[in-house]
Amino acid sequence: MHIDTTYRRAYNIEPNMCWECYSCVKACPQNAIDARGYADFAPLGHSVRALREEAKGTISWKIKFRDGREKNFVSPIRTTPWGSIKSPAEYAAPNSEAFKAQELAHEPEALKIERLPALTPGKLKQGLI
Amino acid sequence: MGLFNRRKTVFVDSDILVIGGGMSGCGATYESRYWGRDLKIVCVEKANIERSGAVAQGLYAINCYMGMQWNENQPEDHVRYARNDLMGLVREDLGYDIARHVDSTVHKFEEWGLPMMRDPKTGRYQREGKWQIMIHGESYKPIVAEAARKAATEVYNRIMVTHLLMDKTKANRVAGAVGFNVRNGNFYVFRAKAVIVCAGGASHIFKPRAVGEGMGRTWYAPWSSASAYALPILAGAKMTQMENRIVLTRFKDGYGPVGAYFLHLKTYTQNAYGEDYEPKWYESLKAIVGDYVDRHPVPTCLRNHALLEEVKAGRGPIRMVTKEAFQDPHKETVGWENFLGMTIGQAVVWASQNIDPKHVNPELTTSEPYVMGSHATCSGAWASGPSDYAPAEYQWGYNRMMTVAGLFGAGDTIGGTAHKFSSGSFTEGRIAGKAAVNYVNDLGREQPQVSETEYEDLRKLVFQPLETYEVGRNEIVAGTVSPSYILPIHGLQRLEKIMDEYVGGISAHYTTNEPLLTRGLELLGMLKEDLAFLGAEDLHQLQRAWELHHRVLASEAVTHHTMFRTETRWPGYYYRADHAKLDDANWHCFTLSRYDLQSGKWEMEKAPVYHIID
Ligand SMILES: Cc1cc2nc3c(=O)[nH]c(=O)nc-3n(C[C@H](O)[C@H](O)[C@H](O)COP(=O)(O)OP(=O)(O)OC[C@H]3O[C@@H](n4cnc5c(N)ncnc54)[C@H](O)[C@@H]3O)c2cc1C
Ligand code: SF4
Ligand code: SF4
Repeated sequence: MHIDTTYRRAYNIEPNMCWECYSCVKACPQNAIDARGYADFAPLGHSVRALREEAKGTISWKIKFRDGREKNFVSPIRTTPWGSIKSPAEYAAPNSEAFKAQELAHEPEALKIERLPALTPGKLKQGLI
Repeated sequence: MGLFNRRKTVFVDSDILVIGGGMSGCGATYESRYWGRDLKIVCVEKANIERSGAVAQGLYAINCYMGMQWNENQPEDHVRYARNDLMGLVREDLGYDIARHVDSTVHKFEEWGLPMMRDPKTGRYQREGKWQIMIHGESYKPIVAEAARKAATEVYNRIMVTHLLMDKTKANRVAGAVGFNVRNGNFYVFRAKAVIVCAGGASHIFKPRAVGEGMGRTWYAPWSSASAYALPILAGAKMTQMENRIVLTRFKDGYGPVGAYFLHLKTYTQNAYGEDYEPKWYESLKAIVGDYVDRHPVPTCLRNHALLEEVKAGRGPIRMVTKEAFQDPHKETVGWENFLGMTIGQAVVWASQNIDPKHVNPELTTSEPYVMGSHATCSGAWASGPSDYAPAEYQWGYNRMMTVAGLFGAGDTIGGTAHKFSSGSFTEGRIAGKAAVNYVNDLGREQPQVSETEYEDLRKLVFQPLETYEVGRNEIVAGTVSPSYILPIHGLQRLEKIMDEYVGGISAHYTTNEPLLTRGLELLGMLKEDLAFLGAEDLHQLQRAWELHHRVLASEAVTHHTMFRTETRWPGYYYRADHAKLDDANWHCFTLSRYDLQSGKWEMEKAPVYHIID
């Protein structure tokens, strides 16, 4: 999406490279962006609209069929406050042995099993299975 | 020309440069910071990491989760599954490595705020299938991006990386990358000790089903433009399994995925006359692949085969039987939310054509081929394996380092490891991030040495299409037909047509042979020459021009690999009509390629498959 500098309105500069991902639709705080299905295969008269409410933590969808039928859905989008994720630098720094070990950050605790699984190199074989 | 003078060159120095801030790039950025507390970690992304990459729309399932805490699956099981699905050929060392770490990634996602669905009876994550767990993932990417933003020293959005920089003092060592800001046109020179390529897979190298306004409605994102392959290829890194393109069975026109429908909603397919057609093609498949046809679950490519043959036999359209399942209101909700959460375009198609799956069984079709390393295929760069158990032949440096020193990769970029998906890609990014920190620490004070001539030459090359357009535009009155340039869209359409007709796209029923591939390479060669005459009207088109360069190079790799492997290993993905059978005696191996930038030649070789898991 780009802004037309004369009319100061947004428009789709390249519909044939648009994925209908709705990122622009969801990002617009004024809900000013609407989408219409591609002319190649989508008959007119439909609409799929989204209302994403970050503070409420939900997204609501309204689907209108060409023949006027409607469907509505609401889903949660996040369970924690926006901005609440901790930087990895806020965790205790790893000790020097940990660098050459196989465990990644927060392991093994974050695996929720006792230790990281591993294989023994002796088991390797070449050929068909 | 004034065009060049207005542009600033911006230098950015870092210890670790992450190219692409999608799932794997965010994982790499996060993990690099955990281990590299004092390092400068820079993530550069051509869009905005908040919504960039294949997960822009969100996802409705995490497709790679072991559930080791409940003993649901072990990493070995996942290796067996991926190996089976890829007809025997995966890098088991890399796959096991992802599988053993992936649960910790998913647990972090939940802690960060990703809404997970839970089984009301067991309290465990709600399974969609053996490997998949269901999420309310509309904000999956913004959540993951928040973690990466907190970790990075700097995130540079809206910069498309066009080339890697090589060290001028040490042969075969990476020293950074260059690119340009797609909004203001500034040229960027990134100098870095280690580079992690996380630039996603490739759509739009084969002609898509819709070619008008709807050509962007592909399954894989239209912005997945093969940079993940072209950047390492240009730097001389070895690539593997580039012939292993993927074709997906999807809902027609919207490309809505079928996973949740088959696995969770228990819908099934039938031909136009209401018949179950898969068993009919059992014998024909057995003739091609032998005993592989009896493996469970049936490999993804083989299921495509039955659908393709049934359509060719004139009994299409194939339909998904949804009418029964959708009578259950819970299942109906899941069916719709599945698309609203990750493929909104499918809901648009159904609304526009009055398709309510409760009353109509929707059509399925097969997609055009894509090149990727994270889904049910494993094209990508050849990478070093984990130091604790990878076979010696798969280990020449740090984990996930390519055959170029200091150059790492993750997600769609790395070959040989299918079925990573979103969680596995993030996990592989983490693995590469930690390895890159070790690499940088081991380098000590040694700084990367970039050559001014190299980046100045690249600067001219990168902006050339703007100049070509400005000069050539004077020769014509109006319109797009010029004798001295072609536009990026022209080049893209020519590429898609060549790949489609000669390398096994939809119009060729995914079939090719040596004469077709040879001719395809000739035409690709001419296209490559014509890329020097691309004209870009503005910075947006300049981005398209460089995406095209990357797509063409990746396509050339695909074609050479397809020519080299003289067998039909994955019927349903593609067919070598001149070598119509799977040939384990000669081809139970990986294919490797290396491109020589100076001569433009490709060298092909075989590499052994090691089976680590019984
Ligand atoms: C429709 C769809 C449904 C899917 N469903 C599921 C699912 O249900 N569950 C699941 O787990 N997985 C699913 N996947 C797969 C998952 O999305 C991918 O496996 C994953 O995103 C791959 O991660 P990646 O980092 O390799 O690529 P991406 O996440 O695509 O990231 C690549 C990034 O690189 C950037 N980039 C590209 N080129 C350049 C350049 N030259 N310079 C700078 N930046 C660049 C891109 O803009 C992008 O941000 C689905 C994918 C799609 C398309
Ligand atoms: S829907 Fe997505 S691809 Fe299309 S214009 Fe909006 S953000 Fe871009
Ligand atoms: S109101 Fe919406 S569409 Fe208009 S400029 Fe702002 S974000 Fe864009």
